[in-house]
Amino acid sequence: MKILVPVKRVIDYNVKVRVKQDQTGVELNNVKMAMNPFDEIAVEQALRLKEAGKAEEIVLVSIGPTQAQETIRTGLAMGADRGIYIDAPHETEPLSVAKLLAGVAKKENPGLIICGKQAIDDDSNQTGQMMSAILGWSQATFASSVSLANGSATIVREIDGGLETIKVKMPAVITVDLRLNEPRYASLPNIMKAKKKPIDTLTVEELGVDIKPRLSVIKVEEPATREAGVKVSSVTELIEKLKEEVKVI
Amino acid sequence: MTILVIIEHHDEVIAPATLSAIGAATKLSEPIEALVAGNKVKKVTEATSEIASISKVLVADSFEYEYNLAENLSPLIVRLAKNYSHIFAPATTFGKNIMPRTAALLDVMQISDIVEIISPDTFKRPIYAGNALATVQSADPLKLITVRSTAFEAVKASGGSAEIENIDGTGNAGLSEFESSELSGTERPELTSAGIVISGGRGMQDSSNFSMLEKVADKLGAAVGASRAAVDAGFAPNDYQVGQTGKVVAPELYMAVGISGAIQHLAGMKDSKVIVAINKDEEAPIFQVADYGLVADLFEAMPELDSKLP
Ligand SMILES: Cc1cc2nc3c(=O)[nH]c(=O)nc-3n(C[C@H](O)[C@H](O)[C@H](O)COP(=O)(O)OP(=O)(O)OC[C@H]3O[C@@H](n4cnc5c(N)ncnc54)[C@H](O)[C@@H]3O)c2cc1C
Ligand SMILES: Nc1ncnc2c1ncn2[C@@H]1O[C@H](COP(=O)(O)O)[C@@H](O)[C@H]1O
Repeated sequence: MKILVPVKRVIDYNVKVRVKQDQTGVELNNVKMAMNPFDEIAVEQALRLKEAGKAEEIVLVSIGPTQAQETIRTGLAMGADRGIYIDAPHETEPLSVAKLLAGVAKKENPGLIICGKQAIDDDSNQTGQMMSAILGWSQATFASSVSLANGSATIVREIDGGLETIKVKMPAVITVDLRLNEPRYASLPNIMKAKKKPIDTLTVEELGVDIKPRLSVIKVEEPATREAGVKVSSVTELIEKLKEEVKVI
Repeated sequence: MTILVIIEHHDEVIAPATLSAIGAATKLSEPIEALVAGNKVKKVTEATSEIASISKVLVADSFEYEYNLAENLSPLIVRLAKNYSHIFAPATTFGKNIMPRTAALLDVMQISDIVEIISPDTFKRPIYAGNALATVQSADPLKLITVRSTAFEAVKASGGSAEIENIDGTGNAGLSEFESSELSGTERPELTSAGIVISGGRGMQDSSNFSMLEKVADKLGAAVGASRAAVDAGFAPNDYQVGQTGKVVAPELYMAVGISGAIQHLAGMKDSKVIVAINKDEEAPIFQVADYGLVADLFEAMPELDSKLP
């Protein structure tokens, strides 16, 4: 079985994001970029399934500007087998991304697509579910455990009230949550090996997808900032403030 | 223009976030209909028809909707979609699971997690863990929207008597099955709608220490939350997580105990009315957003707080 893992290049999660003066977006120039943290978890899961003998090949796909290939390279260094890069603007919307990825899936016929539950830049939490719909496959979102047997996947999902276990028919789309695993670091030999692994390129035209955005961004602004308040010197003073000053207890 | 709101419900009760999603829908001043899908949903249907802002309740009472499986629920919403200009659902794990699937089937770009409605086609939503707010305008004829419940006032769940219409289901897609669930079930108020939330972080050191928070929470009628580090370390269940990728809360009072204040945590609580931080490190970033900061060892402060509250 083949596993497809879509990986997105985003601003590193440690970076303090700055909104551009002209309110057209956030500053991306000279900012540290990295693989979306959820996608690292997805790659790790695919590697573990391969190591357990449940999968033969792991193919990474990234959609974005040229540098998105570096993100693929990062995943190849973790141990994935090959990459597919699709050149498109950084802002390509989840609906278009899902259509492009579904197009790749039709060519590659994977048994599973494992992706992040959310990209930490647009915070959309849509792509996996959309891809699954377009392909007519089952979906298992927010996975914190994955096990495969007899053509189906049993997934533990992190839901608002706790945990839920579902069983989905394969092929399936799984979107991963934070507690599924702890992604590995790439070892130096694997980083060297990754340089020789193939990255193919596909175009939006070849996949026949109209990626014209449906949402136009009118403006991007800083949220209202919160002022730091005061330090209290004791528990007694804290209780008094909460009771008398703001009357919340 | 008519709006459809998808009612999320569990154990015969409407999920509180749904009432905020309806609250958001009311901003458009158009008739609002509700969809109740589930198995044996008489109680929820009646409760929905009593919500004053709802003009009509569509009920799909059928076994395939018992467990909210997206593969079954989305085709139903797709079938109904042509009658509406907007479809709203809460941005809960329920809404996040079904709405994008529905949107793709309808070839519509969903608008996630809105915090403000500017006009019928223009909305504000947080991006980058709330470090930026984007105003987006949708060119799709139908708007599919998930609503951040803390940003909109919940509607009253009484005063109405909406017409109820039974509709057929769309059958079992046969792609997925529910197996089991393990719910944290608590006597305390629900995290996202509680008036007071007390959250613990890595500084709590261990799950048994969470009982210190629980004691104070019970005195104040508060919900208990946690940082990701505390959940990852097994101090608290996953559904306690507050933050960018957990729950978003905006109570009257939020107390962060032994939490450093990483941006991903702040994303889930910085709209709280009053924030209290208890941390032994006076440089902790949480103090930059706290109205009242107490630099103290939580193992001394929390028992003292407990003993000094009535
Ligand atoms: C993709 C992604 C998503 C994330 N999503 C979330 C999310 O949704 N929610 C979230 O919370 N985090 C999230 N995080 C993690 C986040 O970056 C931080 O790692 C996390 O919030 C830290 O938790 P903490 O404050 O409990 O732990 P720490 O940062 O370790 O802080 C512990 C604090 O406790 C204090 N302390 C220790 N002992 C005591 C004591 N005895 N008395 C008083 N104070 C004490 C310390 O001074 C310190 O400030 C995410 C990270 C990533 C990469
Ligand atoms: N441009 C992209 N290239 C590759 N994968 C993507 C891209 N955008 C989104 N994804 C995948 O979809 C997931 C969810 O993204 P989103 O729906 O934008 O929150 C991410 O974690 C990725 O796995």
